[in-house]
Amino acid sequence: MKAKGKVFKYGDNIDTDVIIAARYLDSNDPDELKKHCMAEIDPDFPDKVQKGDLIVAGDNFGCGSSREHAPIAIKASGISVVIAPSFARIFYRNAINIGLPILECREASEKINAGDEVEVDFDTGVIRNMSKKEEYNAMPFPPFIQELMKKGGLAEFVKAGGFN
Amino acid sequence: MKMTMTEKILAHAAGKDFVKPGELIMADVSLVLGNDITSFVAIREWPKFGKEKVFDKDRIVLTPDHFTPNKDIKAAIQCKCMREFAKKEGITNYFEVGRVGIEHALLPEKGLVTAGDVVVGADSHTCTYGALGAFSTGIGSTDMAAAMATGKLWFKVPSSIKFILHGKFRPYVSGKDLILYIIGKIGVDGALYKAMEYTGDGVSSLSMDDRFTIANMAIEAGAKNGIFPVDEKTLDYIEKHGAKEPVVYTSDEGAVYDEVYEINLEDVPSIVAYPHIPENTHDAKEGKDIKIDQVVIGSCTNGRISDLEIAAKVMEGKTVHPDVRVIVIPATQKIYKEAMERGYLSTFIDAGCVVSTPTCGPCLGGHMGILAKGERCVSTTNRNFIGRMGDKESEVYLASPATAAASAITGYITDPGTFMEGEKR
Repeated sequence: MKAKGKVFKYGDNIDTDVIIAARYLDSNDPDELKKHCMAEIDPDFPDKVQKGDLIVAGDNFGCGSSREHAPIAIKASGISVVIAPSFARIFYRNAINIGLPILECREASEKINAGDEVEVDFDTGVIRNMSKKEEYNAMPFPPFIQELMKKGGLAEFVKAGGFN
Repeated sequence: MKMTMTEKILAHAAGKDFVKPGELIMADVSLVLGNDITSFVAIREWPKFGKEKVFDKDRIVLTPDHFTPNKDIKAAIQCKCMREFAKKEGITNYFEVGRVGIEHALLPEKGLVTAGDVVVGADSHTCTYGALGAFSTGIGSTDMAAAMATGKLWFKVPSSIKFILHGKFRPYVSGKDLILYIIGKIGVDGALYKAMEYTGDGVSSLSMDDRFTIANMAIEAGAKNGIFPVDEKTLDYIEKHGAKEPVVYTSDEGAVYDEVYEINLEDVPSIVAYPHIPENTHDAKEGKDIKIDQVVIGSCTNGRISDLEIAAKVMEGKTVHPDVRVIVIPATQKIYKEAMERGYLSTFIDAGCVVSTPTCGPCLGGHMGILAKGERCVSTTNRNFIGRMGDKESEVYLASPATAAASAITGYITDPGTFMEGEKR
């Protein structure tokens, strides 16, 4: 599976309150949540983002609250993958559980700029920066997590007997 | 093989003799928690798990505490959804408004958590129960639904950081100052994926309320859990609150830690975390030039009885600065009543504070004290991110109840120790 798109670039410690502010947590509707995604620090994001685009950020992406609304809003926005050197642990779980692809890669986080055209091969973990003609390798996920992602999320994994 | 407390609890829950950091395990959970916001998403996901019934109706706790008492029609819909789910599934630990409190103050008070438990909650501050010698951690809504369906969840065994505490706090310094001090030292990802374990002779000087506050904010250092050894104070607390028989785990001599920090509690000053990140810590004495508009005393971090006690002591016989509004929120109904009986609520009201029913409201910018553009709040809550309590150009300064109370009187960030010294003269 591959993803390709334009990069939205953010810094370290992007917290779940800026991904989706608590005042919008009165809904569990992905189409409603996406209207406010990233708007606290990037008001143009909800209008500008196109299907397939990527978020590339710094360390500890998704820190703060456990709100699953954060990865739901990002996924509903059309973002194909979030790349960061490290993720906050609840966000990491939530993204995997709901099927929002994430990749850990420090080199990509440091070298990719906002607006770069980037292609990601999820099978190999290779991240291709078409704008800069560079390649970076993401950290592979443990086999258990790969299996969970392959099943399409936690509910499907549990139904298939993954917890037995 | 040598193991830490956290590793031992997880090994037992996974039915193993030994686990090591980084290992992925499937573990039984003792308790699953959700609130009005996160349960709304979990209940939407619930049918996808294809289960007729929850795994155990007595081991799920549902607390309408965030946008309650219902702040608007949408909040009412979320709570109604949770209430109906609780009825349909026969959930015994559903706490209605009037009986509910802020979840992480409520569960220990109701005796729902004991030492050795594995608690998961769809709320990041679920790590609070580490104060009781339990493994507890925050999860998302889909995880919550999975845990409700199976009574199990997958975990990556965390490595641990050890904090050896010595001595005791100076007057008006408390658990909040210590955890802010630690976050200031190690950063908001200083304990990413890890366990923060507290040990040393200084632990015995900490009240249970201090320990709850310290464990509560483990997540603000990126940690998976915070954990305290079980001592007489813990056992006494567990017994008094009618929790089930504790299972006491202790870290082995020679267990492996990623890092070890030694802290003399008397070296910890009153700390304030400036916007917009909890690691941006300063000595409260530096805050004289920072004029404030609002003070919030409450939350799962600092809404317990000893928090209200120290705030009342600082505010006793004084009046709130004319430019400041103060919102005091006892974390549970029991704490509310006790604060009333002890006269703290009269002290707050006489000083010019508003006293609210238990709610998470203002902490996450939900309701009951939203900030306008440019406004500043000293708050005993746990996060000071951009827009956390209202407009994205408002500012939140995290502090202890004593610092918040002293600042409420002066109208600027104030060191409570210095303030009370001045009062004596």
